[in-house]
Amino acid sequence: MTETAHIESHLIPVLKTVSDPEIPVLSVLALGVIREAIEENGVVKIKLTPTYSGCPAMDVIADDLKKAFSEIGKKAEVELVLSPAWSTDWISEEGLQKMEEYGIARPLSESHDKDVLLGEKKMVKCPQCGSTQTHLVSQFGSTACKALFKCDDCLEPFDYFKCLK
Amino acid sequence: MKNQNLYKYILTIADNSLILAHRLGELCGHGPNLETDIALTNISLDLLGQTRSYYQYAAKLKGESNTEDDIAFLRIEREYKNCLLVEQPNTHFGYVIGRQFLFDVYHFMLMERLQNSPDETLAAIAKKGIKEVSYHKRFSSDWVKRLGDGTEESNKKMQEAIDDLWRFTDELFYMTDSEKAIAKEGIGIDVSTFKEKYYEEVAEILKEATLTVPENKYFTKGGKEGVHTEYMGFILAELQYMQRTYPNMTW
Repeated sequence: MTETAHIESHLIPVLKTVSDPEIPVLSVLALGVIREAIEENGVVKIKLTPTYSGCPAMDVIADDLKKAFSEIGKKAEVELVLSPAWSTDWISEEGLQKMEEYGIARPLSESHDKDVLLGEKKMVKCPQCGSTQTHLVSQFGSTACKALFKCDDCLEPFDYFKCLK
Repeated sequence: MKNQNLYKYILTIADNSLILAHRLGELCGHGPNLETDIALTNISLDLLGQTRSYYQYAAKLKGESNTEDDIAFLRIEREYKNCLLVEQPNTHFGYVIGRQFLFDVYHFMLMERLQNSPDETLAAIAKKGIKEVSYHKRFSSDWVKRLGDGTEESNKKMQEAIDDLWRFTDELFYMTDSEKAIAKEGIGIDVSTFKEKYYEEVAEILKEATLTVPENKYFTKGGKEGVHTEYMGFILAELQYMQRTYPNMTW
């Protein structure tokens, strides 16, 4: 399988209705976890990849996908695939924007990510007020994919989506 | 089963993750502060996720109607292949960090190599896992330095923890017959190849943390052959309780 997902266009409208339960504004498509979706002999076959190995959202997403397709009278089979490993690069630009509006700061590049998580540079933009005067509170946040930050200007705490490549 | 050695090899890696995940899970709601509590349980979750991938693979090899749950919950103590280090109790925060640190440095080096295994499934799990393990290692090394180079009290406790846990480090590099066979096939990793590198990196971080590298040459092992410390039975009692009491129950 290549890094580009193979998704049949007629399945997209249904896939768009399924979201990540932890980040409800992000559809599974925008998150980039659907690696393949094809219809064969009336059965929708989906390949799903986890963001993190232990991500508890995966079981929920798999169930939600089956449910969404059963509502239009289609049977769906979901297979979990690990390779190639998911990367934050697979989140669509639209997804990143929605995430920011929702209050989660978008992942920086790999090297900048290291700088901010080691507390060496202030670069993460506060999703509330836009200031980059922010600091790391904890490398681990409310879910496996996020770190906890606080804005020094508006004093709001917020989640930062860690860069994963 | 066709590939008994591969099955056992998967368990020697996966059981470490399961038991350490369980130990860290015990700390949920008991961390010294909110951030470390969340961090330790996040690490637990990553390890549990990795365990599931390994067990699913092992269950597939075993065939019949075996599932990941059977492997996790229905083995007897002697059948668990985890090293003694990961089953040591959560004595205090410095001890938890010491155990994590000594394991993470090893775990990272193992994943680094396993991701190039010709076995596609093992390579995929390792490629996914190494990204998570690098976070774990950063977290535990940072805390070793903070506690070691902290107050007199934190330094003392961190040093005591490292001194006490040191005797379990040699087992990380002990190889069972299955491990040797799988390494010979080129699928598994000969862990002895990075033993020296491991002790070098550990020493470097301990030095930075103003801690002393233990000189103790007395090592204890047995876990990888299924001979565990007294703690293992208690872990399994809790871990297996539901499946033993209500066989085949599901959520």
